[in-house]
Amino acid sequence: MRVAYWPGCVSRGFTPELHGSMARIAPLLDIELVPLDRASCCGAGVIAEHNKELADTLNARTFALAQKADGTALMMNICSTCQGSQSECQERLDASAEYRAKINQTLAGEGLSYEKGLTNKNLLWLLVEELGLDELRSRVRRPLTDLRVGPFYGCYIVRPEDRVGIDDAHPRDTYLDQVIDALGGSVTDYAGTHKCCGFPIITMNKDASLKQAGRHIGDALDAGADCLVTPCPLCHLNLDLQQPMAARAVGRNLGMPVLHLPQLVGLALGLAPDQLGLQRHVVRPTSVIDWTTAVVGEVGAPAAGG
Amino acid sequence: MAEFTLRLRRYDPESGEAPYWEEHTIELEPHRSVLEAILQAKARFDGSIGIRCSCRAAICGSCGVRINGRPDLACHKHLDRAEKQSRDGVIEVEPMGNMPVIKDLIVDMEEVHWKKIRRVTPWLIPKQPVPEREYIVPRESMVDVTQSMACIQCGACVSDCLSMEVDPAFIGPAALAKAYRFVGDPRDDQHFERLQDLAEDPAGIYDCTHCFMCIDACPKGVAPMSQIMRLRRRAGNDFKISDRNNGERHEHAFVSLIKQYGLLNEAELLPRSYGGDSPLAKFKPAATTELATSLPVIAKALLRRKVTPAAVFKPHRLPKQDLSAIAGIYDTIEGREQREEFNIYISGKDEDR
Repeated sequence: MRVAYWPGCVSRGFTPELHGSMARIAPLLDIELVPLDRASCCGAGVIAEHNKELADTLNARTFALAQKADGTALMMNICSTCQGSQSECQERLDASAEYRAKINQTLAGEGLSYEKGLTNKNLLWLLVEELGLDELRSRVRRPLTDLRVGPFYGCYIVRPEDRVGIDDAHPRDTYLDQVIDALGGSVTDYAGTHKCCGFPIITMNKDASLKQAGRHIGDALDAGADCLVTPCPLCHLNLDLQQPMAARAVGRNLGMPVLHLPQLVGLALGLAPDQLGLQRHVVRPTSVIDWTTAVVGEVGAPAAGG
Repeated sequence: MAEFTLRLRRYDPESGEAPYWEEHTIELEPHRSVLEAILQAKARFDGSIGIRCSCRAAICGSCGVRINGRPDLACHKHLDRAEKQSRDGVIEVEPMGNMPVIKDLIVDMEEVHWKKIRRVTPWLIPKQPVPEREYIVPRESMVDVTQSMACIQCGACVSDCLSMEVDPAFIGPAALAKAYRFVGDPRDDQHFERLQDLAEDPAGIYDCTHCFMCIDACPKGVAPMSQIMRLRRRAGNDFKISDRNNGERHEHAFVSLIKQYGLLNEAELLPRSYGGDSPLAKFKPAATTELATSLPVIAKALLRRKVTPAAVFKPHRLPKQDLSAIAGIYDTIEGREQREEFNIYISGKDEDR
């Protein structure tokens, strides 16, 4: 499958292991990535908070570039926040021909134009709806047996339900659970799975932000998870990069490894941890990986720590 | 008639006993409400079940509860739907969150709801002199505020607000939606004062974590978070209120960094959110204090090569020609005399016409 690939900003900035691991797993899943390297930041909701028309125009430009990418079936992203902010802009653009025409007028200088009805899917949705769980299962080389994984979705990919297309036929708020299961792992059910990591207010109310991250990690820990997995790099920043600070904010030890979705998939597809950039995390995924043999799910490795 | 099983969370704080779950099987037609099921259980099996209700028609806002873990009005949920959404075929009903339980399904809304509604001055402060006859206002601005006026004060959004879960002081979605009702009303005379008050309050508009919980929680389509974002847009962009919570600075820095680089430059965003929108921001006291407290995090990120010096000093940016196209987009839009704000709530969708 050939897709117009939008990696987002953070996956090439502060979480480079995300973009890297996506590039690693793509050929193993027969996904051909056509990078949208001329597209701009989605605005992460902040540009829309400043000026909706500006956010809508920047994303319409991205969509127009995706529609021009030769032979691609759809646009794919690897960030819950990109998915949510872009879906919000697309909802407005698709709602009104008049508004769309106005936005396209601004893009005309570059010879770009967005046509209603782009399909834009996060890797998670693509795995379930396009590739299919059976197909994914058949490609697993190293099942995540005995690995207890807590899914952490990220707000933007599960809410609002109608905008992100969750209905009886598309229970997208359960896809991460289904993928973990297809990879051979077991899902840890815990309170924070659909909650907010707190990242959006890290500069405005740091204490509340870190308490959110710390609380959800703590809940997963209490529920017995070995690690968390998330399709959102911004969640990853608060859950992994900030985890030592989050632990301090909630007054308990955490030491919970947090994997990006393509990393978890990559491990099951047989890739080595260092190929997936796991050594770059702040919380070392020692409970996930036995670093001596790189076998997944081994117990007996030293407890995860900062 | 069909059978449905309810699992009710029972709790009487005065008893000294811990909360517990109790199951009752009732008989009702599938299109009847969860509230009717609770009332039947109360009538047939246990008169001591505590539930607050009145209109039974989703307009009085009394019967807010959590059904299968999600906030809703008990009278607004059909039994067949509730059963379908349950984990194990049993409809689970518990009191709303973020509020103390008075008894069973009844919560005390005073501290986290009513006090906060009063906190936002929930009445019109008219422009003077008051005209002798009616005010004439544009239709769009009235349609606009009807969205927040649709609130029935049920507390469903407050129940599941994820900021409030860790910061009970947060003014919260219901009260902030109410605040927009007056900030969006052209007859009100105190837009700036209201916005400045809510922007400067550490528990105000910038304490919302943008999680969309309240949008899905609201049974009346108020979309409180969207109203909070509009309060921010009016405070930060229209009135340029530079608040002590870094809200406006963060927004301003983000928007201007995307113009400059096309992509987000995280290493610049952090200091500028504290110190203001300039490359020199990192040397300002507000930013240096913050950077110093974050030093262990930064050091570890560098050590693990998660963040490389190149990412900090030579950040990713788009090719020149794309950057100039993006600058053109900014100039066109920021140069408009009036900010264009397309709102589906007001305009509707093409296919619905």
